[in-house]
Amino acid sequence: MFPKKAIIFLTFFIIFFTNINKVYSTEADVFVQSTVNRASKLLSENITKEEKEERLKSIAKDTVDIRGLGFYAIGSTRKNLNDDELNKYLLLFEEYFLKSFASRLAEYTNPEIDVYSKEVLNENYTMVNSLLKATDQRPEIKIDWRIYTKDKQNPVIRDLIIEGLSLARTQKEEFASILNSNDGDIKSLFKTLEEFSNK
Amino acid sequence: MNKKLIISLISLMLASSASADTDGNTSLSKNAKKPKVVKDCFEGLNRATFSLNQGLDKVIFKPAAKGYRKLPSTVRTGTSNALVNLSSLITIPNNILQGQFKTAGINTGRFVVNTTVGILGLIDVAEKMNFPEYEKEDYGQTFGVWGAGAGCYLVLPVLGPSTVRDTLGSFANVLGGDPYYNASTHGNNEYLTKSLYTTTKVISGVDFRAKNLDSIDNLEKNSLDFYASVKSLYLQDRQQKIANSNPTIEIMYEGDWEEIETQ
Repeated sequence: MFPKKAIIFLTFFIIFFTNINKVYSTEADVFVQSTVNRASKLLSENITKEEKEERLKSIAKDTVDIRGLGFYAIGSTRKNLNDDELNKYLLLFEEYFLKSFASRLAEYTNPEIDVYSKEVLNENYTMVNSLLKATDQRPEIKIDWRIYTKDKQNPVIRDLIIEGLSLARTQKEEFASILNSNDGDIKSLFKTLEEFSNK
Repeated sequence: MNKKLIISLISLMLASSASADTDGNTSLSKNAKKPKVVKDCFEGLNRATFSLNQGLDKVIFKPAAKGYRKLPSTVRTGTSNALVNLSSLITIPNNILQGQFKTAGINTGRFVVNTTVGILGLIDVAEKMNFPEYEKEDYGQTFGVWGAGAGCYLVLPVLGPSTVRDTLGSFANVLGGDPYYNASTHGNNEYLTKSLYTTTKVISGVDFRAKNLDSIDNLEKNSLDFYASVKSLYLQDRQQKIANSNPTIEIMYEGDWEEIETQ
């Protein structure tokens, strides 16, 4: 039989660490709402578009799994790349993604997004559901966020699904189209990414 | 051409395209299968048509949409409501063809209420009466629900992205499937004419463009291959609509995301 003190210690140990995990884990919906609030506050500030874009890039670096998204977007082609090509691709993808992300969002002024529910898909992914409120110029838009929750303390965004349309899937199919049009030559994708980032 | 012959031809083409892909799979679940790629059999021609459409958009639709957006929001909302109300005339028979009898009943009630109390659909009275959210249906979706594959991807002049299945679905409208078209072109009445039908379709296009003015411009500006982006978005949208279910969760294929865990 275990000594009584050992059982008490073990019980305390389990409860303590279970609670620690609860205290420090960030819920996916809270994470999305706080990210949205952060971006929304920035977009409503009276600063130049360039400043907004730079600060949006910083938010994206903190909250989006750019590397994971890059792997997803290139699909099975990554298996044919050597280490140098893969590293070059990830660098170019990050540059492209940040520019594209900031440029897309900087157009909006003070967007109001309400998070209203979430669904845990599996231990790695939670889908958070939100609504971008309608304005005079556009209707209400449903936005779902695919949150990668493997690291409970640091959830990250892997996809945005706007009215059921996945931006990551669109990106993947766009890359596939570029590769298909150029006999699968990765250099063609590098060139396209570089051109976009430099324009 | 004989109407029966056309219908037989459509049935034959649909039957032959049924095995082309599983885009119309209705039993998609959280473990959805990887969606089969819809072939771009006529990519060269499609890209040329896409460029033509972009030119038309710049010259006609975009300026019209910008002008339309300057109208008072009540006018735009009323117009949009009336167009949605008219689309019920295609949605209701498709609800029935897809076995959604309860939804067909609800949509019929919505159409009656909005057409009468809502003054020809200008006011969405049904929404104020808490009717369930309206989902448009068309014959392309019905063919998909019945198991017909998408066939090849097509870009139609002026009309934009489509597939063989969805194009054939559009033909069903003019072969008797759209009561508004029938009444406008074949009906003996002084109020509905073919030109009114055409005008309605043009306004519908401008209304759509106006609602998506910023998002389409934004997409074009930030796309590496705009043609591929539009194609991807169109096919995702159709897949979602044919699934007739929770769009986000139930039609998504998780395999690609799970695969990158191994990196």
